[in-house]
Amino acid sequence: MPSHQSRPARTFLLLAVLGAALPSAIVVASGMGYVSIPLWTVIKVIAAGISGQESALEKFQELYLTVVFDVRLPRILTAAAVGSGLALSGVVFQGLLLNPLADPYTLGVSAGAAFGASLALLLNVTLFGQYTVAVFAFAGASLTLAAVIFLSSSAGGVSSNNLILSGVIVTAILSAGISFFKYLAQERVSVIVFWLLGSFASSTWTDAGLTWLLTAAGFAVFLYFGRDLNLLCLGGRTASSLGVDPFKVRLILLLTGSCLAAACVSVSGIIGFVGLLVPHMMRSITGPDHYRLLPASLLVGGILLLGADTVTRSLLPAEVPIGVLTALIGGPFFCVIFRKRQMAL
Amino acid sequence: MLFTIRSLSYTYGQSPVLEEVSLDLQAGTFYGVLGPNGSGKTTFLDLLSGHKQPSTGNIRFRDRDLQEFSKRELAREIALVPQDYALSFPFRVEEIVLMGRYPHLPRFAAPSRPDLDLVAQALEQTGTAALRNRYITDLSGGEKQRVIFARALAQQTPVLLLDEATSNLDVKHGLQLLQLARRRNREDGSTILAVFHDVNQAACFCDVLLFFKQGRLVHCGPTAHVLTAQTLQSVFEVQARVFFEPELRARQVVFKPPETPELEASPEPDNDESLYTLEKAQAP
Repeated sequence: MPSHQSRPARTFLLLAVLGAALPSAIVVASGMGYVSIPLWTVIKVIAAGISGQESALEKFQELYLTVVFDVRLPRILTAAAVGSGLALSGVVFQGLLLNPLADPYTLGVSAGAAFGASLALLLNVTLFGQYTVAVFAFAGASLTLAAVIFLSSSAGGVSSNNLILSGVIVTAILSAGISFFKYLAQERVSVIVFWLLGSFASSTWTDAGLTWLLTAAGFAVFLYFGRDLNLLCLGGRTASSLGVDPFKVRLILLLTGSCLAAACVSVSGIIGFVGLLVPHMMRSITGPDHYRLLPASLLVGGILLLGADTVTRSLLPAEVPIGVLTALIGGPFFCVIFRKRQMAL
Repeated sequence: MLFTIRSLSYTYGQSPVLEEVSLDLQAGTFYGVLGPNGSGKTTFLDLLSGHKQPSTGNIRFRDRDLQEFSKRELAREIALVPQDYALSFPFRVEEIVLMGRYPHLPRFAAPSRPDLDLVAQALEQTGTAALRNRYITDLSGGEKQRVIFARALAQQTPVLLLDEATSNLDVKHGLQLLQLARRRNREDGSTILAVFHDVNQAACFCDVLLFFKQGRLVHCGPTAHVLTAQTLQSVFEVQARVFFEPELRARQVVFKPPETPELEASPEPDNDESLYTLEKAQAP
């Protein structure tokens, strides 16, 4: 059967190319910015920084070391991790909710995070130092998720329609709350608005490390349940007849996906369209099989968001908030895909 | 005994869907499940397959409580062909049928040669081999239904549950799939439990008929005994004439539309030829 030989081969090739593209993009992006560094020098600087042999660098290159390691790499790595995390949880949400138009924010995770963050910014809480806003955002997202799951669960378990509806309702309520906070904040409203628009400008090594750790953990969980996820795409009843406990597996995946999305939102603000678009694009190349779709989305999500952040950081005359940029590029692009699909039917 | 069902009830929210069903199901029998819409047929299948948990009462499968089985153990024993299926994602037909082998494969194992052979065989038998590389989302309703049937065949289970599995199909394909189920039943001794809307199809294929009405099992027995005008009148509230069709060696039914002249009273058919089913199936 040729299809059984060619498909893994093609997927392997795709993953190999993407797997090489992500590190390359990280290196290239490290050289771009206000201080432009030639590619070869960047490679030397990164090699020196990682190996600790900083003495091998020439005097003027030590400045580059600071620029690359203290300023650029934390931001670049955080952007890539958030892109990957959002794309992964988008894949899982679309599969679980049986809806190719679902995204990590469908269940109100973004509204919850925004509510938590706005509250912290409004009241000027500094309980957890510089991580206060992130902690509040994460708590807001988690509580929202709990509320949505509670609202949508019935005698027969959680159904995808109920989940989507509950997500919409809770999001609407929280949005009203956020508007009220903005109103209360008066002249300090800009702090809230900027946070909501999303930015990697203040990302630290801790942010980068945490988001990569969570993205990797989420990826491991999703891959472990990859086959179950394939079956859940055919509906709970079918999955159940093929050996999956739909209630248990759905809950585990919903929680993992939402935690991942919440973590991404809390370090970066609300960045739309990555979680919707990337799984969509990748599914048309790899097919819906999650063993292929998950790694491809992880890599492409990372590359895309890192690319978008580099564009706004170094190419545009003024820094456009990353959430605005992804929506401005992603929105029309999504319209094109969507329209193409409608015409193909 | 394959299934031993005792005072099985299922309540959804406040409303009872199934009430006090007690029944034994024997291995190797072709059962037909009949009843009006909303009489609890689908719920009955869901309880047997372990998808839903009984509110009260219990089901024993192979002398063990059904709830003691893991989902995967059950999926190696019982396959389901559902009537409504969510197919929002463009899996290829072959991938869908291969999913029938998942319960037999460890989590990260690639399918072996025998697995792929079973898939090819199931595609062949259901006449979907030509579709193997097509996307499931591009197929017609009838083609999808045959692919889902192929998946259940590839699952190679001793019990096969069909939930109106042929209602989307034209006459030829419907009969073809039921014939496949019958062959499983006669040759491999598989147990088939099929929900039907078409009483005549049920009469043609089933050894034993179960009639549900308002969540209760109201009639149950060998087709030649229970398929009578009185049964149909009491279950479906329509007038019918039941006769023996010698070429099918089975009973068949014609229904009288409401507000038409009374059907001519006909004697109940002799059971002499259809009695052969009695040897296979005994009423519990």
